[in-house]
Amino acid sequence: MTSYQTGLLVILSINIVIAYGAYLPIAAGQMNLGIAGFMALGAYASAYVANNAGLPPIVTIFIGAGFAGLLALIVAVPILRTRGIYLALATFALGQIVAAAILNVELVGAAEGYSVLDHFGLATIAPITIATIAVVAYLNRTRFGLNLTAISQDELLANLFGVRTRRLQIAAFTLGAFFAGLGGALHAHYYNYIRPQDFNILLSIYIILFVLLGGTRSVLGPIVGAAIFTFLPEIFRDLDKKFSAFFDQVPDWLGQASAWRFAIFAALIIVFMMLRPQGIMTRGATRAAARWVAWCVRRLGFARSSGARP
Amino acid sequence: MKSEPMLLAQQFVNGLMLGSIYALVAVAFTLTIGVLNFLNFSIPGIFMLGGMFTWIFLKSGLPLGLVVLLALVIGAAASLLVERSSYRQMMGSDHFIPLVSSMGFLILYENLVLIFWGSDIQVVNSPFRDVSVTVFGLIISIPQLAGLALAVTMAYVLTRILYGTSTGRGLRAIAENPDSAIMLGVHVFRIVPVVFLFSGLFTALAGVIFALNYTQVHPFMGEEVALKGISAMVIGGMGSVWGAIVGGLLIGVAEILSISSFGSDFVDIAVYGLLLVILVIRPEGLFGGSALGRERL
Repeated sequence: MTSYQTGLLVILSINIVIAYGAYLPIAAGQMNLGIAGFMALGAYASAYVANNAGLPPIVTIFIGAGFAGLLALIVAVPILRTRGIYLALATFALGQIVAAAILNVELVGAAEGYSVLDHFGLATIAPITIATIAVVAYLNRTRFGLNLTAISQDELLANLFGVRTRRLQIAAFTLGAFFAGLGGALHAHYYNYIRPQDFNILLSIYIILFVLLGGTRSVLGPIVGAAIFTFLPEIFRDLDKKFSAFFDQVPDWLGQASAWRFAIFAALIIVFMMLRPQGIMTRGATRAAARWVAWCVRRLGFARSSGARP
Repeated sequence: MKSEPMLLAQQFVNGLMLGSIYALVAVAFTLTIGVLNFLNFSIPGIFMLGGMFTWIFLKSGLPLGLVVLLALVIGAAASLLVERSSYRQMMGSDHFIPLVSSMGFLILYENLVLIFWGSDIQVVNSPFRDVSVTVFGLIISIPQLAGLALAVTMAYVLTRILYGTSTGRGLRAIAENPDSAIMLGVHVFRIVPVVFLFSGLFTALAGVIFALNYTQVHPFMGEEVALKGISAMVIGGMGSVWGAIVGGLLIGVAEILSISSFGSDFVDIAVYGLLLVILVIRPEGLFGGSALGRERL
């Protein structure tokens, strides 16, 4: 693997962890627009403890994630009183406050940014991502996951049937913030340099888009969404070079390759949401994919076994 | 050298002027939320289009009146495009789906402008740069005054439309309950574009005034202003037109006053902290007397 490919896989792994941070509240019918704030808290807490307390970073990332989860737990009680757009705006305000607060802390470099000493590579980050996927996939199969689905479909009805909606929503919100903080900590130890302005509202929006594009009703949704968001802009990256193979002179406006890839990407989001608003991976799509894989395996097995027969 | 109270008064006036821009954006947000329960994230993009096209057309030497008209038309068209390809397609689906497409439009508009005109900060050749009047020793710039007057006038026209025409009755019916409105014969597909038309016009006008006043435009100019506009809308109470105007002016004044006394770093904490507290304690806004969801618009 070239270092470019390894780098892409690391970014994908981090994006998947963060995407689950947004997925869990969405699965409980809540939209958290403050994901970037929880990421920032996880990143800075982990980096500070690792830099100063001498703990190994594999421990500090969970301390960072724990801080993010703790903040979520503290604010969940008042903030989850609000609903729908109000909740989205309240979480958005929370994210802005966290980033703005870090911007004023000289201890972690304020606006100049903060250097992180310990570095993580793919070998450390990928297992953490796989563990995250496993935890969420397991939770999804338990009564907890079933209850979250019930809440997202009809909160009042779920409550009438004895689902403890409020407690579960707080749990989903807190757990989501934990994963967001974990992803933020991984981000800090991969890039080794963090700035408060990196954790802005646009980042939160992109993470929400990961989940909604991938699909909110399947554990595979965030993975698919994160993969699309990680790889698709890369495919468009060398657009101008490809165009210049066809045309002798590349016009000036075509040269803005990075802007073009985001414009095309945005147009794809819009068209996609028109055609398939439920996201790419639904339960049906997951089953279909599983059937297809099983069919392929059977075909392979059949071909092999028939070949073995006389 | 001005005396202390005069300085304060001057800052208050500056705050009101800045606030009138926030107020216009807040009205645009409050319209789509009040009627359609839809947080339209393409509004920062439309604000930017208004500002950027003011710069582009002024640079090409068109007369000011035509420049403003064209920028407003482009803003309204961009807003109607959002309606056609996001809101209309997804009526009845999950409430955050149109939100996602409107975010897509924001990224699309910003990057399209970036492709053709670059990401540099451009200086608008505003004909009003140094035009101002002095009232009781306070300096008031003409485009800022015009902006404030326009914001109030347009809000007045909007409330007249909401309460005096059949379109407005239809809008209020949709705001109260879309399903019953459809059953009672309100033409939703004819009325919903009106919301986007007005929201686009208000936003683009704010962008034009911003460009003429502060004379600096760039492809991402809309984001900061729109975030303040959202806060203004929440403070005034979502869905209330006059609340949005008051909230916008309040944030403008608070911002200017707190920059001069605390420094700009703490402004964000103050503004968003206030927003969070209001959302949790008084979700109906500072001035909304009614319960949530009732008596919107």
